[in-house]
Amino acid sequence: MALKSTTLENCPWGALVHLALFHDVTNAAFLHSQLLARNPEYEYAFIDASAIFSELQLLSAAYRAINAAATSALQTPNVHSEVILSLSPNNNIADAYRRWGISPKTTSLIVIKIIFHDSPSFPGPQPSAPEVWSTISRLVSGTPVDPFSDAAVRRETDWATVRKYYKLNGVPALQAIADDAARQQKMEQLAIMGMALRGL
Amino acid sequence: MAATPAAASEPQFPLPSILNNPASAPPLLIAQGAEGRLYKTTYLVPDLACAVKYRPPKPYRHPVLDVRLTKARLSSEAKVLDRCARDGVPVPALYAIDAAGGWMALEWIDGPPVRQGINDWLGARPETDTTHADEQVDQTPLVDLMRRIGTVMGALHRTGVVHGDLTTSNMMLRPWKDGQGQNEGGEGTVLDGDVVLIDFGLATQSQSDEDRAVDLYVLERAFASTHPRAEAYFEYVLKAYGKTFKKAPSVLVKLADVRMRGRKRSMLG
Repeated sequence: MALKSTTLENCPWGALVHLALFHDVTNAAFLHSQLLARNPEYEYAFIDASAIFSELQLLSAAYRAINAAATSALQTPNVHSEVILSLSPNNNIADAYRRWGISPKTTSLIVIKIIFHDSPSFPGPQPSAPEVWSTISRLVSGTPVDPFSDAAVRRETDWATVRKYYKLNGVPALQAIADDAARQQKMEQLAIMGMALRGL
Repeated sequence: MAATPAAASEPQFPLPSILNNPASAPPLLIAQGAEGRLYKTTYLVPDLACAVKYRPPKPYRHPVLDVRLTKARLSSEAKVLDRCARDGVPVPALYAIDAAGGWMALEWIDGPPVRQGINDWLGARPETDTTHADEQVDQTPLVDLMRRIGTVMGALHRTGVVHGDLTTSNMMLRPWKDGQGQNEGGEGTVLDGDVVLIDFGLATQSQSDEDRAVDLYVLERAFASTHPRAEAYFEYVLKAYGKTFKKAPSVLVKLADVRMRGRKRSMLG
């Protein structure tokens, strides 16, 4: 199963985060249209993989979205759209969907599904990981990357896009670092910090 | 500051609600101040340590005002951290913040506070040898650390931030990675490590010589009272600071004025 299911530390509502990565996605335009139509069957976070640089970035966004849901502070219709907004360093929701969300041209796609197993808002039995996976693999036409991993996510990263979206061009802290690996680490740290700082 | 971290199983204080959620290890109470508490816990995954800074609600304040003040203080601290991080000042990264909930999660800095490093260093050396820099005891690592502190302070002030509460407890010594030891001879000391500034709860954005000089003065006084035996070495902090940015020399001139009159500015006129 190419689905990664994980809990997060100090996470409210017993949330389980399911992640999957697909290559060569052929029905991105259809998925996009279903999101625009607010079809509840398609309530997933569909993320274009190019502006994603690590699993930790995805989990950070998921955590913020879960926390927003648990404190009744959602700024978007549901926790999955909130994941997309949480990837963005600024408050423009349409902009966040356009940049991090799926577009009709997306070929590499990250899918996140958050299931609350201990939440007053989602009572009753919730779908298990195999059920989640069978639904996702039915909805998305593409090649799943098995297993889902941080390394697999990193292979899809377009750093020029990341630098642009997270306003990392010409940042003095990055220019001061000569070592490439150290600079990239700092870049990731600053991007995640930018996500956390949104809305302050 | 010798308080041993209390296990969360029997908390002295109610935990912030975010830390009542399941995690691989219980949160540890690290420090408690007048305004807030600091917990060590984990962020997202079990092997990523983080510091959660929590400002509990104050029962004596009107709830609406309380939420507003807590929000404003947390977000101004976060903005200062962002500004420092982008300008390359060594500060902990911000992982997450919930201003309404009164908490933020910060990068966990490994290593002891500078205060402890200096005390360990002095403790291992006999009383008489440390009062003069020209004694036979080699104080190079201490001088080196003082210079690093001065450089970091200069970087901080250059970005237009004053810390507001500089002490050697609010600076950490992040251990160098292997092979990064900057002391020739290769042998590590308790003073090794990158100086990282923490606790920006009282920080403000300011470019004035006055505010910067007061910042230095506060550190100077704190240093003299926590490390009286090493007081003579503080000049190395100021020397290194003076070389860091264009206006630093005029801050040092101002510092002389501040020493004459103390931290509080004259309120006449």
